[in-house]
Amino acid sequence: MTVALKEVRLALGDRVVLDDVDIAVPTGQVTAVVGPNGAGKSTLLRACAGLLAPERGQIAFAGRPLETLARAELARAVAYLPQERAVHWPLSARAVVALGRLPHDDADPEVIAQALGAMDIERLADRPVSQLSGGERARVLVARALAQEAPLLVADEPTAGLDPAHALALFTLFQRLATEGRTIVVALHDLSLAARFAHHVVLLADQRIAAHGPPADVLTPRNLEPAFGVTMLCTNVNGLPIVAPVSTLP
Amino acid sequence: MSPHAQPYVTPCLAVLVLLLALASLAVGPAGLSFSSADQAWLILTEIRLPRTLLGLLIGAALGLSGAALQGYLRNPLAEPGIIGISGGAALGAVLAIHTGLAASLVFGLPLGGLVGAAGAMAVVLWLAGERGGPITLILSGVAVASLTTALIALVLTLSQNPFAAVEIVYWLMGSLSDRSMTHVWLAAPPILAGLFVLARLGRDLDALTLGEEVAANLGTSLARLRLLVVAGTALAVGAATAVSGTIGFVGLIVPHILRPLVGHVPSRLLPASALGGAALVLAADLALRIVSPAGGIRLGVLTALIGTPFFVWLVVSTRRELAP
Repeated sequence: MTVALKEVRLALGDRVVLDDVDIAVPTGQVTAVVGPNGAGKSTLLRACAGLLAPERGQIAFAGRPLETLARAELARAVAYLPQERAVHWPLSARAVVALGRLPHDDADPEVIAQALGAMDIERLADRPVSQLSGGERARVLVARALAQEAPLLVADEPTAGLDPAHALALFTLFQRLATEGRTIVVALHDLSLAARFAHHVVLLADQRIAAHGPPADVLTPRNLEPAFGVTMLCTNVNGLPIVAPVSTLP
Repeated sequence: MSPHAQPYVTPCLAVLVLLLALASLAVGPAGLSFSSADQAWLILTEIRLPRTLLGLLIGAALGLSGAALQGYLRNPLAEPGIIGISGGAALGAVLAIHTGLAASLVFGLPLGGLVGAAGAMAVVLWLAGERGGPITLILSGVAVASLTTALIALVLTLSQNPFAAVEIVYWLMGSLSDRSMTHVWLAAPPILAGLFVLARLGRDLDALTLGEEVAANLGTSLARLRLLVVAGTALAVGAATAVSGTIGFVGLIVPHILRPLVGHVPSRLLPASALGGAALVLAADLALRIVSPAGGIRLGVLTALIGTPFFVWLVVSTRRELAP
């Protein structure tokens, strides 16, 4: 499912966070949103999830404007995974994952088991989330979003706190979901992960989209250095793209 | 508690409530065995039946609204009193006693309570604003609750008639004694309506477990949810307070005790807390009839006596959990 943002301005209260946003998130691809702290990654993601109405411009899901979509329709179309990982009651991991089925009004045990399996947390299923480590809890919350079975998955920093093995597994899963036709939008700090796994990269800086397109075109020192204010090493090792900060610009 | 036992919690509570209700009909200072059949029937239908029905309704109202509020505010220390509804109902009832409305009309007192609850609800919702979250709701509720406390004190000090003042003080302590079927007919419709509204919020309260943004993503309208939580509480607890006076701590303790038994899931806690509240109020009222048949101890005093140490324990254990 495509999300199209046309001349969109996004604001939090009185503060304009992003302006002149004009992009279409491509269907069946992994789109990575990158940029320095405060560039508006989370705000853009919330707009892509239909949680933030634009101040100006239009957001459309599969051609339908946001304001014409009913709450329940949107809940089945988009799964949103915020950066915040609060679980307010010590539910079991399985009960948390089951919350993803609320938009479908079923607690399909097969879908829940699949989501638990995809995140490698079957053995934690009956433990209260309050007793899990940060990384384990993060995987439970990803599984919740997967259980929603929405054609569009919007994830804000899903790899924060994950060990390398689970971060790799998560992005491999995202790629597989994309080949199955799902659309993935993910905010990232790890530029190498973006270079390796994303089909499409959106670089934010100074309240604008600084660049967007295939990772090889966007993740270049020319684009990244002014946006992040650091010199960047963009190279290939054994065929894998590596993007690493080197030193702060004077 | 093991996940396998969780499905049995609510049915067990239902059986407990049934047994307590039967006991409530059977026990009282006037022994049924020494009376004639007519007298026994009169005692049963005119005295014990309304008392039992009110215990059921009021307990369910307090337990369910406590569970709904704790779920909405995501705070185990929340209870119906915190959003100012009980205070508004108490103020309305106190004004009804003070103005003599309660003396001239049988349903004057509960009516005053209902109007007070509705007024408190309107003020709390207006103060909290259209887009306010749980914190603004708590702040508005606390403001309204302290205002009603101050106004009740003012009415008491201004009361010319010492009998009215004593009546107010006694009424504020909360009780189910000397209530008739008129009280039941008056309180039952708003309490049942409030219970109906609150009982259907389970899905949205579950979604809120993961925070407001995820709840919105799962299809919950936060504004609608807040309105229904406040309106349901106003109907159920407002009407309950209007006929019984203030019965504290039931809405706080019952959800807190039952939460681990239902796996902490807010939607499962709702029916369990309604039954648990009914059981606790019926049990406390029964205990009073046995321990103090002359009515020396009031129901609200007993629940607060049990409730306060529990509340302290709750605060201390939460402090331990939150300690670095």
